Amino acid sequence: MNIEQWFYSLPLRLRSLFHPSEVDREMKVELQEHIEQQIEENIASGMSPEEARYAALRTLGGITRIEQQCRDARGGNVLEDFVQDVRYGFRQLFRSPGFSALAILCLTLGIGANAAVFSWLEGILFRPYPAVLHQDRLFALAGTAQGETGATELSWQDFLDLRRSCTLCEDAFVSKITGSTLSIGDRAEKTTGSIVSANYFNAIGVRPALGRGFEPGEDAGNDAHPVVVISYQMWRDRFKSDPQIIGKMQRFNNVPHTIIGVAPQGFYGTFVGWAMQFWVPASMEETFESGGYKLEDRGARWIEAYVRLKPRVSRTQAQQEISAIAARLETNYPSTNRGRSVGLWPLWQTPFNNAGTLLPTLEVMVAVVAFVLLIACANVGNLLLVRSFARRHQMSVRLAIGASRGRLLKQLLTEGLILSALGTAGGLLAAYWCRHALVLLLPARSGVAMYLPGEIDARVIAWSAGICLIVTLIVGMIPALQTRDLDLAGSLKAESTGVVGARGRAWMRSSLVVLQVCLSFILLVGAALLLESLEKIRSTSPGFSTTSVATTGVSLVAAGYDVPRSKIFQDELIDRLSLLPGVQSAAFARVTPLGYGSYSSTPIVVDGYQAPLEEQPAIEYNQVGPNYFATLGIALLSGREFTRTDDENAPLVAIVNRTMVSRYWAGQDPVGLRLQVNGRWARVVGVAADSKYENMRETPRPFFYVPLRQDFVRGPALNIRTNQPLPSMLAALIREVHALDPNLALSEMITLQEQVNRSTSPQLVAVTLVSILGGLALLLASIGLYGVMAYAVAQRSRELGLRMALGAGAASLVRLIISRGLRLTAGGLILGTVTAFALTRLLGKLLYNVNPRDPWIFAAALAVMTMTALSACLLPAWRAARTNPARVLRD
Amino acid sequence: MSKPSDLMQGTLDMLILKILALQPLNGWAISQRLKQISSDVLGVSDGSLYPALHKLEHRGWVRAEWKASENGRRAKLYTLTRLGRKQLEKETANWNRVSTAISGIVKLKEA
Repeated sequence: MNIEQWFYSLPLRLRSLFHPSEVDREMKVELQEHIEQQIEENIASGMSPEEARYAALRTLGGITRIEQQCRDARGGNVLEDFVQDVRYGFRQLFRSPGFSALAILCLTLGIGANAAVFSWLEGILFRPYPAVLHQDRLFALAGTAQGETGATELSWQDFLDLRRSCTLCEDAFVSKITGSTLSIGDRAEKTTGSIVSANYFNAIGVRPALGRGFEPGEDAGNDAHPVVVISYQMWRDRFKSDPQIIGKMQRFNNVPHTIIGVAPQGFYGTFVGWAMQFWVPASMEETFESGGYKLEDRGARWIEAYVRLKPRVSRTQAQQEISAIAARLETNYPSTNRGRSVGLWPLWQTPFNNAGTLLPTLEVMVAVVAFVLLIACANVGNLLLVRSFARRHQMSVRLAIGASRGRLLKQLLTEGLILSALGTAGGLLAAYWCRHALVLLLPARSGVAMYLPGEIDARVIAWSAGICLIVTLIVGMIPALQTRDLDLAGSLKAESTGVVGARGRAWMRSSLVVLQVCLSFILLVGAALLLESLEKIRSTSPGFSTTSVATTGVSLVAAGYDVPRSKIFQDELIDRLSLLPGVQSAAFARVTPLGYGSYSSTPIVVDGYQAPLEEQPAIEYNQVGPNYFATLGIALLSGREFTRTDDENAPLVAIVNRTMVSRYWAGQDPVGLRLQVNGRWARVVGVAADSKYENMRETPRPFFYVPLRQDFVRGPALNIRTNQPLPSMLAALIREVHALDPNLALSEMITLQEQVNRSTSPQLVAVTLVSILGGLALLLASIGLYGVMAYAVAQRSRELGLRMALGAGAASLVRLIISRGLRLTAGGLILGTVTAFALTRLLGKLLYNVNPRDPWIFAAALAVMTMTALSACLLPAWRAARTNPARVLRD
Repeated sequence: MSKPSDLMQGTLDMLILKILALQPLNGWAISQRLKQISSDVLGVSDGSLYPALHKLEHRGWVRAEWKASENGRRAKLYTLTRLGRKQLEKETANWNRVSTAISGIVKLKEA
């Protein structure tokens, strides 16, 4: 139809939809008019009134039939049919509540798993900051360095230049995660916050609920503007929703800050993983970051930033401009920017928050939930097939009295739609309940719970609706295919057991089971690989001892210790600790390996090593106290450990790791040689074994250590090697700390093993999710297999009875049924093995030292699947064995 | 059953459109006119007329209005629309083409 036709047709259609009785009445009047006129005509031509009426009716034919034909001709009854089908479909559902509940449950699980994963994708990766304006144009901004993969931080000066020169950017702002310890009694509570540029709240379009955001210029100067915007949650919990909060003071890292604003409810900052509790301007950098005042130092890279591009600017265009600006900076400031550039990342790949860590897991989850959905669909399809056999008679009757096959198909699709719509509603509800579930799988770090909310917005709902339609098609088409070969005459004969039809159906049911077995096998293999990988990661030696070392922190900064006082305190505490029974040694270090803190990084120069042009070697290092290597159990391959005498008055020294030796000294022992760190020469006094620094999956990389006293920080981590259990160690430590200063508080104390476990939490998430869903798939598949076998036994009871009557023993019947079940399983397993072989390498990023085609894992999954299949066949087989030949044959 | 015998599919539509092209009529009048014109040869049953009319209305080729007729009765008057006129031209042209071809074949003399 063209538009002009719709112009005439649409009002008519709408009218017959909304005023069907009126349209019907008019049609009747029209036909009645015809008859009246015909009667008058007939009378005029000489018939008697009786005769005239009779003749008139005869020329017109059956009025009811004409009325129906007129209704059909109007074509406006698609919706009428639909409403009728829906009503009928619901009646069918209520007629077999067990079937309906099972089908809806299967679909709820399948669709719910999808909706949950997509709500996580949406809430964590695609639209992570619901309160922020125009997230679709927001990109992460971070540095890149030649010869290094991944992103580095940016320096404040580079950021300012980029923001000034970028014409394609609408705005750019800094949001660097930081933390502060607020003490409550003798407990130190960590809070997370952001160091931001002054334009932050304006740029993201968030207006504080109380007070104001930052003003231009508040991000300049050294500790010049001690102002803070606190989160709604902190205002509510810590300040009891004090309406007079604006203007009050709160100490952060012992610097009194004026509270100038309260962020609105529902705004959690711009960092995937944690909810931010406070925001301070960049001018307060030195208070929150270690390493001194960095705003004027182009070489000090510490910030994380975002840009919002102007509308209709692509990432590629913006990247070109930003690369050009970075190249200009490189020419202008070669000493700090040589080999450095700046990159743009989409939010879901943001390199400096948990988006990047969770991305591979969530990617795999998308595939996994698709499998679960398919398995659920196959189950429901199977259920519908069973029912369609029961409804065969009913369908045939409808066909016989003139329903078109298209109309029956519509009916079946409508019933599928009802099932999948209910499943989708249930699934969305389940996803809503699960939207914070991801956090439950991730341990709190340093006592701060992660914040990874799923987001159920219009896009997730639209996606689920799309899935609902696909499911409708699948579960509606499966029984519809069966009506295709519906044999009218045959099935109208009472309770016909049409053998041919049954075979067609059995074939389809069997292939559905094969599909289910295949898919669950793949999931099983995936789960086993991930489990094995997690096991490998956790059992890999990180290069330091994990079980007998505890780590914690003392709130020196929060308690207002200055550098000299901190130094004295640290020495005194170590002395006291070493006198405690059960403590072998204790050492401070700026960062504990695999913890959340980030290492300092410096450009280095090594005598005799010529760096390739364009590359500026920058290496991460840790500031550690005396006895650090003994405490953590890191082997020294040559030279000596740091001692108390390596202090600020002594010559600078460093200990390098083995990889650094082979890269920069060609494997020669460098003890006694020179290394330039932060522009000053230090002497290498030792070589340490390689260990893991940031995560368990990293490959050996160059790393070195300097004495804490020669690059001092006030709030380092405290590591204690002890054979005491953790609680008594903690109690002893608190006693010692309070003996020195009762105002100090300790942060959470954990073993290094716990630290390692926490660092592998993304793997744990993947393992847990895939295992849950794999188990679900296994359950669904065994229900499917059980259903098919139970049905086959019920169908073939006559045949089984006959076999028995002819002398087959119960054992042979059991064998018959089980072998049939195992044949189906074997088909699924062969298909599954082939597919899994091709698919498992997609797990690549999540696997660690595990061959994605590990034969042992495949064998184990095969065994589990076979056992499950066997147990699913047992009950039907047992029933078959108990067939009563006399009764079956009599019936 | 419902199809007019001897009447090619679509021909009834064309006839109705042609009749309505001359003047707006109600259903009964159209049926009378059909009988007159075709001298009952085509044998269009009144029963098949109304579904056809309703279909044409839904395609936008005819428009229906309720009017009071001269004897005070309410009558549903069908009028040809612009689209209907175009459709009629198209079908007439088509008909002429086909019937010329067919009569050409029918008139062939056997050798």
